[in-house]
Parts: sequence; C-alpha cells; structure tokens
Amino acid sequence: MNKLPSANSEELRARYPAVFNRPMASRAAVPAIFVAALALFVFGLTELEFSPARIIAGVKQLGWITMMMIPPDPGSSLPAYLAAMGETLSIALLGTTLAALFALPVSLLAARNIIPSPWLRFPVRRFLDSIRGVDTLIWALVWINVVGLGPFAGVLAIAVSDFGAFGKLFSEAFEAADKKQVEGIRASGGSPLHEIRFGLLPQVLPVIAGQVLYFIESNTRSATIIGIVGAGGIGLQLAEQIRVLEWQKVSFLILMILVAVAAIDWISSKLRFAIIGRRAVV
Amino acid sequence: MSAAVSLLPAQQLAALNDAYRRAVAKKRLRTTLVTAVCFAALLIAAMGAEVNVVTFVSKLGNFVSYFDRIFTLDTGARAWKDIAEWFWGWQKWLSLLGETVLISYVGTLVGAVIAFGLNFLAAENTAPSAALRFAVKRFMEFCRTVPDIVFALIFVIAFGLGPMAGVLAIAIHCIGALGKQYGEIVENIDMKPVEGIRSTGAGWTDCMRFAVLPQVAAGFASYTLLRFEINVRGASVMGFVGAGGIGQELVVAVRKFYYSDVSAILLMIIVTVFIIDIGTGWLRGRLFGKEARA
Repeated sequence: MNKLPSANSEELRARYPAVFNRPMASRAAVPAIFVAALALFVFGLTELEFSPARIIAGVKQLGWITMMMIPPDPGSSLPAYLAAMGETLSIALLGTTLAALFALPVSLLAARNIIPSPWLRFPVRRFLDSIRGVDTLIWALVWINVVGLGPFAGVLAIAVSDFGAFGKLFSEAFEAADKKQVEGIRASGGSPLHEIRFGLLPQVLPVIAGQVLYFIESNTRSATIIGIVGAGGIGLQLAEQIRVLEWQKVSFLILMILVAVAAIDWISSKLRFAIIGRRAVV
Repeated sequence: MSAAVSLLPAQQLAALNDAYRRAVAKKRLRTTLVTAVCFAALLIAAMGAEVNVVTFVSKLGNFVSYFDRIFTLDTGARAWKDIAEWFWGWQKWLSLLGETVLISYVGTLVGAVIAFGLNFLAAENTAPSAALRFAVKRFMEFCRTVPDIVFALIFVIAFGLGPMAGVLAIAIHCIGALGKQYGEIVENIDMKPVEGIRSTGAGWTDCMRFAVLPQVAAGFASYTLLRFEINVRGASVMGFVGAGGIGQELVVAVRKFYYSDVSAILLMIIVTVFIIDIGTGWLRGRLFGKEARA
C-alpha cells in the first residue's frame, strides 16, 4: 500500500485545519493533566509515609497472615457467629424499613412537582444532603452515646443515614412521575392529598420498593461493619478476632459475610424482578 | 353535547361484577399476605436487633439534647457565639482533612489503574479467555464485597498504624467497584471499530488501545471521579480503626465527650464532602458535557 501523495496530504491539511493545527493549549491540556495528577500522586505517597521498605515488610506480613487464615475455622464459637449474623441481617432489614417509612413523607416536601416553592424545598434538600454527608459509622457512634452499645444503636444509625439517601431518591422518583394522572384526579375534583394518594403513589411505589430492596442489600454490607464501633452484629466479632489475631476465625467470618451478602443479593434481585419487572431494573 | 350511558342487561352485568369482585378479592388477599409476611419478618428482626421501644422513647430526649450539647462550648455559651473557641483546632483538623482527601486520591488512583488493567480481561466482549475472565471477576467480587474498613483493620496490623493502611484498603475496594463499572462500560461498546483494527492484523493490546479505549475513556473518567467522591466519605472514617485521616480525631472527641469538638469536626467533614461533591460534579459536566451525565 502506498503512502498518501504529499500533495494530497497538503490538501487534507488545508481542508481540516482543526485536526492538523490544533492550538497549543488544547494539545498540551491532556499531558498537563497527567503530569499534574502524577505530581499530586507522588506528593501523596511521600506525605502519607509510603516507603518501599514498609511496603515489602507489610506484604511479607500480609502473606504470613494469609497463610495463618487457612483453613477457615470457627473453633467453638459457630453458634455465636450465626447469632451475630442474624443480628446483622436484622439491623439491615429494620434500619432500612424505618428509614423508608420516615423518608416517604419528607421526600414529598423535597419534590419539585409537589412543593413548587423553593423556600421549603431548598432547606429540606440541604438537610437531607447534610445527613448523607455523615458516614453511617459516625451516626453509629452518636447513637451509641444515646441508646448505649448494642444492635439497636446500629438500627438507628442505618435508619438515619438511609433516611438522607431515601429522601433524595424518593423525591427524584416523585419528580419523574407522569403528571397526567395527577391532573386527572384534580379534574375529577380530588383534593391535593387524593392527587398524591391516587395520582402519584401508584406510579412511584414500585420504583420505591425496588430502591428499598436494593438498599437492604447494600445495608447488609454496612451492617457488617458498624459492629466495629460497638453497634452490634458480626462486625463486633470480626473486629475482636482481628485484634486478638485469631486469623482462622477471621477468615471464617469474612467467608460468612461473603455468603450472606451473596444470598441477600440473590433474594432481593428475585424480589425486585417480581415487583418491577426485568426491564425496569438497570 | 350529551352522551348516553348504555347499561348492560342485568345478567351480563352480574357476571362481570362477579368477576371483578373476585379479581379484587384475590388482589386484596395477596396484598394482605405480603404485608403479613413483611410484618412477621420485621418482628423477628426487631427481636434479633434487641429493639426496645421503652429505651428508645426514654432516651430520645438524649438524642435531641446531644445536638444541643455538641453546639455548646465548655463555657456554656452557644458554639457560634465564639467561632475562634469553637474551631480552636482548625489548623490541625484542616491538615487532617487534607490527609483524608489525599488518602482518597491516592487510593482511588491506585485502584483505578489496577481496575483499568483488569477490566478488559473481565468484560465479556474483550476477555481473551473464559477461564481468565471467571478468575478476574471473582477476584473483583471479593474486593468489593469485603467492606473497605475490614481491609483497613487487617492492613493496620500488617503495615502498621497510619494512612498507608487506609490508602491500600481504599485501593483494594476501588479495584472491585471500579473494575465492575469499567467492565460494564466496555461491554456496551460498539464492536465495529474493534473488528476494523483486528482486520488490519493488530494484536489484542492494539485493539484495546485504538478501538476500545477511545470509546470508553469518558465513561471511565466519570466513574472514577464519582468513586473519588465516595472514597472521601470512606476515608473520613478510616481513622476509627487507626488508618489515618480525620476519623481518629473524631472518634476521640466522641468517646471523650469533647462536645463542641464533635460538632466542629463534623461540620468540617460535611463542608469538605460538599466541596468535593460540587467540584467533581462541575468537573464531570465540564469534561463530558451533558450526554455523559445521563
């Protein structure tokens, strides 16, 4: 195959100046971003006390830990672990349900098509945002101060942090709803409450149910860790066994978490498909 | 305009009404059953989680007054009356917040680079072999199912206390989460360019570089920014287990009842998270315009 004749390439240059004569700024942009990102990365490594010696020593240690983990063995505490797992699942289920119950009315206040006035909507949204800005573990710490150590603090922590997330998601679901039904209800003489009950809720409930199920699934993961700060569930056992270096028990607990999360994943995806149909799940 | 409503003969109407009533009754029965099952599940869960309504109601005042207390200075004045006293440790806290963001940045970058390398092996349409794909996918699943703070707990023992353990924990979690999202983008690409490149005799690496990468780069960058934002939140609690960042200060303040410090640190975390949220949102809009946000 021949190269393009030079006259032809001259013509191409003339015809597509944007491709051949890109301004210096746009040519330099991508390499400049890469260099800046790399510089920040190197700065980060030194600032965060990375050193080859520490990495090598750590990896050796990690290899040793992994060897100690095999085979996973619960020892004699299997019943205690199963109870803790049950506690974790309870925390996830209850926390998510509470959050959904409380978030539903509040999300109405944050939806543009229900509360057109920004004076109420805006503060409600910022309020939900700030709740979401605080991690579940931090909420768990706060609730432990209030109701004491134990799974109940975990339930409340998950309920509060999900309340923020649900408020936002539900209000988005309400905003995405078709308003023809609402107009229909209004035309037949319904009150604003009727509009929400018969015009909006039937459209939004399947979406909300799907989201709640998804959150139960992801909260099973969160609920496994809030025990680390003392809010009940399997995380408490896990953190304890890691601290006393019982690696076989640690690996057993991690396996238990993996299995439980996979099981909940499977159940909730079945339920979600049953509620909203396969197509609607993205 | 008047419309006549035509009524069906009574016989037909009765049959239809009957069918309607049966359908409604069936639906009601189903709803009742589902509700009952849900209630039973919740009741069992409530017993499992040692829910105690009496404690809750009697302690609820504590929750409200907790917020009252964290906004009160040691002198008894409202916190916002004396900003200097309230944020007395702002220099230390700010540098710790900087460390938190840096942990998130370095962790996300390391995780993203590794996920980038792995995801082409895990996507259905680009994987060189089925066995490799299976192995890589299981590895990623493991990385994202084990919570990052559990990795941090283990790494603190292996690598010693400090931000390094936090960075590595976030990086591992990132490999799993980003690897999955990257893989999903790659599975949705147009395969024609790949065929075009392959027909010129290019190898697997060249196909990825010249046919796949240009299609997925924008999506990858968008997901990576989003992950960075999520990781800032994650890094803010890494200190709870000794893995660096602001979390250490916060947990000490909460446990030792330094009330006004709790609110000051929390506010600083929330503001940082907001700024990062808005910043990455702006950057994504700027880089990829509207279409990438859909």
